[in-house]
Amino acid sequence: MNTKQYTMENKTNSETLQFIPKIRDMMHTHNFMFSYRGRFTQSITKSILSVTEKRLEIEKTETSTKKKVFNIMVECLQNICKHIEKADNTNSNAIFMIGKQKEEFIIYSGNTISNDKISGLQNKLTAINSMSREELKVVFGAIISGGDLSESGGAGLGLIDIAKKSGSKLEYNFEKIDEQISFFSLKTSIKQV
Amino acid sequence: MTIANFPLSFINEINDTMIKSNLIMSYVGDFSQEITKTVLSMTERNFDAEGVGEGVKKKVFNVMVESLQNICKHQYSGEETEGTSSIFTIGATDLHYSVISGNVIHNDKIDAVQSRIDQINSLDADGLKALYKEVRLKSTISEVGGAGLGFIDMARKSGNKLEYRFDTINNELSFFTLLAKISNKE
Amino acid sequence: MEALILAGTEDTPKIILDKASNQFEISGRSLPEDVSVFYQPVLDWLDKYLESPLDQMELAFKLEYFNTASSKLLLDILMKLESVTEKGGNINIKWHYDPKDTDMQEAGEEYADLVSISFELVPM
Repeated sequence: MNTKQYTMENKTNSETLQFIPKIRDMMHTHNFMFSYRGRFTQSITKSILSVTEKRLEIEKTETSTKKKVFNIMVECLQNICKHIEKADNTNSNAIFMIGKQKEEFIIYSGNTISNDKISGLQNKLTAINSMSREELKVVFGAIISGGDLSESGGAGLGLIDIAKKSGSKLEYNFEKIDEQISFFSLKTSIKQV
Repeated sequence: MTIANFPLSFINEINDTMIKSNLIMSYVGDFSQEITKTVLSMTERNFDAEGVGEGVKKKVFNVMVESLQNICKHQYSGEETEGTSSIFTIGATDLHYSVISGNVIHNDKIDAVQSRIDQINSLDADGLKALYKEVRLKSTISEVGGAGLGFIDMARKSGNKLEYRFDTINNELSFFTLLAKISNKE
Repeated sequence: MEALILAGTEDTPKIILDKASNQFEISGRSLPEDVSVFYQPVLDWLDKYLESPLDQMELAFKLEYFNTASSKLLLDILMKLESVTEKGGNINIKWHYDPKDTDMQEAGEEYADLVSISFELVPM
């Protein structure tokens, strides 16, 4: 039962309502369980973590996988928070989604980014993806031993940690919005042990 | 500029769609009492953080509880496993919050649900109060009766008409979406 | 010396730094928004402690998880403690971890490599 015929029995003129089945479908197709769009703050990070914790508890997810999911989620969410703080354009918007596909958890985060930051970020991502797990560990250790806090607090350390813990390459996309900004999406897959 | 195995631009699509519909949060899946509690406390906490007024917060919260419990009670629980997950979302604009639920239901329930909601929408505050009492006093709570109370409560607490739609899935099932709007102003 | 005792919260760890009762522990979750702000009192306490350390101190880490920003501060704490032997004290770190949490175990091993103090990995 994969093809669905939707007929409109519209009893309302609310615009929002018409999108709900579509969103549900999109989320369902991509096996999402949760998506959040809006303000990103520490408080919201905690909330989202809490919802996910409950869900994974119910699904009896294995400890090691659970911890990886939480760690990666926190890094993604806090990255967004930090990034949004820095961006002062009102077009700043971000989205966070988590889903599960068979034996894999998938975490997506997306946020707007100024175009001048793209090449720097892309370089980081390329470098990280070219490293083995051992190399990632070494680089991580080097940064926390030597670098100043702003550097280790920034995206570099978080992305390294995400790659290290997920054990997969970071998949990403930059979609241009206009001359100033683009939308950056990041996908992390965590295989269930 | 991507090395994704499949295009990640669909994230953009979901994001855009959520923006167009003014949604800030969506939860898709099977709803249980536990998930309900967690989603509730998450939203409550977010509202606290946003400094939303007590009156509005309480209304939204109450409507959410009803909405989530409606999903729990009425979400499809048959043999079909594909495409039957429910959705709960919150929307926000400058003027109001929307509490929205969506779940799969059997087509034979549509008429009853629809007429109940239409009835509710035709009543004013006093009328709703009376209807609430009437339904409460009924000793047999039929399935629709159970939902009926929840819908009435949602209408009363939100202070607005309920909006809804049914999208046919197949001969047996449809997707029922219900939206309650709560004004932002205290 | 006054103890530093902080209750754990959803995003900050429980801290017990109590010279009088010989209890030293950092446990729970560490994902504060601003790690420097949170950990500064800990670092300050350690600076003071190092002025006259105990002969033997055992610091237990029992963390559920910590964000990358915290990992830097945890290393700062360990590096501060490295200097204790110069002041005539001894220190042993007990890094507790859930045996099913391979990342936590690995983090302990990495810290053990990065600092030259007695480090014990303790499966819970």
